[in-house]
Amino acid sequence: MKEESTSFFKKKGAPPGVAKKLLLRFARGWTASGSAPREAEQKFFARFFSKKRFFPCFLLLCALLPLLGDNTDRQLGFEFAATLTLATLWNLLAGYAGVVSIGQQAFVGLGAYFLFALVVFAGVPALAAVPLAALACGVIAVPSARLLFRLRGPFFAIGSWVLAEVFRLTFAQISSLGGGSGMSLPIMSILAISHSRPERLLLFYVFSAALALATTALVFALLKSRFGLGLTAIRDAEPAAASLGVDVMWLKRVVYIIVAAVTGLAGALLFLQNVRISPDAAFSVNDWTANIIFIVVIGGIGRLEGPLIGCLVFFGLRAAFADYGAWYLIGLGLLAILMMLLAPAGIAGLLDQLRNRLQKR
Amino acid sequence: MISWLDIIVQGILVGGFYALFATGLSLIFGVMRLVNLAHGDFIILAAFAALAIVQFTGIHPLLCLAAIIPLMAAFGYILQRGVLNRTLGKNILPPLLVTFGLSIVIQNALLLEFSADSQKLPMGNLTVASVQLLPGLNVGLYPLGVLITAAAVIGALQIFLYKTPLGAALRATSDDSTTIRLMGIDNRHIFGLATALSFAVAGLAGVLIGGYTNFSPASGPSNLLFGFEAIIIGGLGNLWGTLIGGMILGVAQAIGAEINPGYQVLAGHIAFLAILLAAPRGLFPRMA
Repeated sequence: MKEESTSFFKKKGAPPGVAKKLLLRFARGWTASGSAPREAEQKFFARFFSKKRFFPCFLLLCALLPLLGDNTDRQLGFEFAATLTLATLWNLLAGYAGVVSIGQQAFVGLGAYFLFALVVFAGVPALAAVPLAALACGVIAVPSARLLFRLRGPFFAIGSWVLAEVFRLTFAQISSLGGGSGMSLPIMSILAISHSRPERLLLFYVFSAALALATTALVFALLKSRFGLGLTAIRDAEPAAASLGVDVMWLKRVVYIIVAAVTGLAGALLFLQNVRISPDAAFSVNDWTANIIFIVVIGGIGRLEGPLIGCLVFFGLRAAFADYGAWYLIGLGLLAILMMLLAPAGIAGLLDQLRNRLQKR
Repeated sequence: MISWLDIIVQGILVGGFYALFATGLSLIFGVMRLVNLAHGDFIILAAFAALAIVQFTGIHPLLCLAAIIPLMAAFGYILQRGVLNRTLGKNILPPLLVTFGLSIVIQNALLLEFSADSQKLPMGNLTVASVQLLPGLNVGLYPLGVLITAAAVIGALQIFLYKTPLGAALRATSDDSTTIRLMGIDNRHIFGLATALSFAVAGLAGVLIGGYTNFSPASGPSNLLFGFEAIIIGGLGNLWGTLIGGMILGVAQAIGAEINPGYQVLAGHIAFLAILLAAPRGLFPRMA
C-alpha cells in the first residue's frame, strides 16, 4: 500500500479509487518482477475459495442440479440435502455451543413418529404435519434439556444416547404405530401430495434443499448475532466466556432446543419421503448420529463450510465404496479418527491453511 | 411374595455385571477425565476373543481369562500411549469423537470376522447350577460368582488406589496432572497404566457376560449405557456406590421384564432418568 501512495496517481490529489487501484495493480503486474503475475493468480484463488463467494454459489449450484436429473438424482439430492441439514445442526450444537450429543437420532425419530401419528390418528395432511412434528420436537426438547444438562461435559453425550434409546424402546411398544416392526403411511395421504411419483420426489427434493439452505442461513444469522458472539466465545474458551458474563448454560439450552426442532423437521421429511418407518430405522445411532459426526469431523468442526465439505466427501466415498459394507464403515471411522488426531480443523481447516499460505507468499 | 423377592434377588445379581462394566469406565474417567465411548465395544471384543480361543483350543472359557486379561491390558496401554493421550486436553470433543470412531470401527471389524449372529461362550454346567437361599428362592451360582467377583475387583482396586504408591500416583494424577509431572512422574505412563487396568477389567467383564447372555458385534453400546447408568446412579467417583448403582439398575430391569419382556431395558433407562431427576449427583456422592 505504501508504494501506491507515492505513485503517480497520488500526485493529482485524489485518493486512489477502486478503478485506479485496479489499474495500479495491473500496471505493477505487467511491469514489475516475475513475482507479480503470481500474485494476481493467488488473489484469484484466494477469492475463489473465500467463504463469502464460493460457499453460497456452490450451495446454490448443488441445490439446482438435481432439478434437471431423473428420479435417482432427485432421490440422491434429497438425501444429500437432508444429511447436510443434520450435519449443519450437529455442527452448531457441538462445534459452536460445545454440546456434544450422540443422541440426535432421538429427534430425527421423534419428528418422524410425530408425523406418522398426526397423519394416522388425527388425519392431518402429511405436508401440514411436518412443521407440527418439528414443533412437537421443540416442546419435547425443553424437559429433555432440563434433565440432560444435569450431566456435565462428556457424560451429557452418553445421557443423550440413553434418552434416544428410551424413545426408541417406547415407540417399539406402541402397537398402533406398528410396534417394533414399524408401519407405512396410508397410501391416500401420500397420493394427496401428488399422484405422480416423479413430482413427489421433486417436491421432497425442493423442500429438503430449501431446508438445508434455510438451516445454513439460520446458523449463519445466529452466529452473526449477539447470541452467536456468545456461542463462539463458548467454543473458544468456555470459562472465559462465562466470566465475561455469557450465560453459558442458557445459551447451550436454547441451542439444544432450536437444533432439536429443526432436526425433527428433517426427520419428519426424511420418513415422509421414505413412507415406511420402524423404531430401529428412525432412531438409528449409526445413520443419524455416527455418519453425521464423521461428516462434520472430516469436513471441519466449528466451521460453517465444514458440513458441506464433509457431505461432499461422504457422498463421494459412499458412491465409490459403499459396496464394501463393513470395510467402508471401518475406513470412514478410521478417517474420522485420523482427522481428529492430525487435522482437528478438518478439510475446511486444511483449505484455510492453504489459502493463507497462498496469500502470504 | 416370594416371586417378587426372587425378581429383586435376580436383579441384584445382574448388577454385578453392570458394576464390572462401570468400573473400567469409571477408572479412566477418574484419572484423566476421559469418557471412553468404545468401552462397551471393548468388552464385546474381549468376549469374541475368548470365543475364538475356545473354538480354536477347546479349553474352558474361564481359563481364557489367563490370556484375555493381560492381552486386553497391553492393548489398553498401547492404545492410550499411541492414540488417546494425543486427544487429552481442555477440549472434551477430541476424546469423545476418537473413542466414538473406535466404537464404530470395532463393531464393523467384529461383524466382518464373526458375522452378525448372536454367540454365547460355552460355560458348561456352571451357568445352570444354583443354590437355595430360602425355601423356594434359588440363586444361580454363576451370577452370584460374578457379583462376588465384582465386589472383589472393586475391593482390590480400593486397596490398590489407597494403599500402594502406584495407586497414590494415580490419584495424584487425577487431582492435578500438571503438578504430578513436577514430582518426576510421567503422566503419560500413568494414563497408560490406568487404561491398562480399565481394559483388564473390561476383559474380565467380557468373558463373564459372554457366558451369561448372548452377544453380537452390535451389543457393545448397550454395555456402555448400562455401565454409565450404574456410575451416575451410584455417584461419580464412588466405586462402592457404582456397585449399588449396578444392582439398582438390575432390579429395575428385572421388575420391568416381569411386567412385560419388552420393558426390561426401558425400565432400567427410566429408573436411571428418574434418579438423575431426583438426585443429579447420584445416590452416594463422594464428599467433595
